[in-house]
Amino acid sequence: MNGFWNVLRRDLRLALAGGGEVLTLVLFFIIVGAMVPFAVGPDKALLARIAPGIVWIAAFLAMLLGLDRLLRPDREDGTLALYRLADTPLAAILAAKVIGHWLTSALPLILASPFLALILGMDGPTLGRTLLSLALGTPALAAFGTFGAAVTVALRRGGLLAPILIAPLSVPVLIFGVGAIAPLGGPDQASAAMLFLAALSLMALALSPFVAALAIVWGEE
Amino acid sequence: MNTNSIDDTPKMSWWNRLAHPGQFVSWTRPLVWPLAGLTALLFAIGLWFAFFNSPADYQMGDTVRIMYVHVPTAWLSQFVYATMAVSALGTLVWRHPMADVSMKAAAPLGAAFTAMALFTGSMWGRPTWGTFWEWDGRMTSTLILLFIYLGIVALWRAFDDQLRAARVVAIFTLVGAVNVPIIKFSVDWWSTLHQPASVFTAEGPKMPPSLLTPLFVMFFAFTFLFITLQLVAMHTEVRRRRVMTLERRTVRGDAA
Repeated sequence: MNGFWNVLRRDLRLALAGGGEVLTLVLFFIIVGAMVPFAVGPDKALLARIAPGIVWIAAFLAMLLGLDRLLRPDREDGTLALYRLADTPLAAILAAKVIGHWLTSALPLILASPFLALILGMDGPTLGRTLLSLALGTPALAAFGTFGAAVTVALRRGGLLAPILIAPLSVPVLIFGVGAIAPLGGPDQASAAMLFLAALSLMALALSPFVAALAIVWGEE
Repeated sequence: MNTNSIDDTPKMSWWNRLAHPGQFVSWTRPLVWPLAGLTALLFAIGLWFAFFNSPADYQMGDTVRIMYVHVPTAWLSQFVYATMAVSALGTLVWRHPMADVSMKAAAPLGAAFTAMALFTGSMWGRPTWGTFWEWDGRMTSTLILLFIYLGIVALWRAFDDQLRAARVVAIFTLVGAVNVPIIKFSVDWWSTLHQPASVFTAEGPKMPPSLLTPLFVMFFAFTFLFITLQLVAMHTEVRRRRVMTLERRTVRGDAA
């Protein structure tokens, strides 16, 4: 268990000391959201209606941005090889990676989303549901992202491949994420979508460290 | 005596013959031409039925004939993925070398069949539903299947070492397999525009025999087309690996 906490603490310290990487991610998230009104026109009613989708897409893209930095630096400086030799199982280390990835890329976006909601003209209750659905859904995105990074970590030119591989897998998260905010079938559908999001996240969190560990071990052999 | 030594070696089991790339090529090569002939024959019969000897639908008119291409390619888009998933198990569980080759050969074929299913569906949707595309459960999940296929092809190409690639791609293929049942049941879960299952249902086919016969012939024609192309692609892949090995040996300077 010690190894798990050490890896998590190391990743958090690196992210915070790395000179504003977290800030860059948040800035990217807000800029993507702020570009939409320029693209579709500043129609207030329309913007308020599509705001949940915009927030989710912006969060999704911002989380993809960090994927290339998730495991590749560790592989290049040899840390990943040490992780494989450590007493702590590789899956536990990757679980720490998933949680670290969520804390440094998803949590800041969730904290920044009220600002995006404000400029898109989202109302109070919708903002509340948006925060909840992001909180429930982003762990699944972090887990998929770690899997994608693990699959491509052995590649020299894998930078763009991980997002392409995991985007199709993330579609259900996006569907239920937006469905929980702007329900087509009323509040019952919204709470059902929230439950589906939570289920997806729990399942992805439980399985992804093991699958990612397999991908790393077999990719290096 | 020495002359008997070849007969003394234990006979290879069929499993080993399957696993050895050279053996695999030598005993499957005679199958290619008969399979190709069978495919051509089935296409000739199927297309003759489809164009000349099947009735136009009372609602859709002649556009119903698109079905004879659309339904078999849509079936293959999922069947090829299932083939890849089984091959992926072969790679991960038994480390079977031909499973790698089968997985790699199937990916572009599956992508092509999926693209064909989407294209013909779109051509069919315009006259009958009045739209080329609708964000309905089955169409969306098939589009995602196409993205997964293309991702797998890209992943194969990104690796230099094909043995490492095989294992990593196998893991991704199995993770992506979650999508296939979603496509199969999508028309039952989200009943939007795409019609529900009408060939393989619990109560049997819901179609008159005049439409069903050509559909089944085309079904087999496309499936045998896949089997033939898969074999040829596997032979090509085995040879490509052989060439790569020889090149590497030549570079090292110990060419046999």
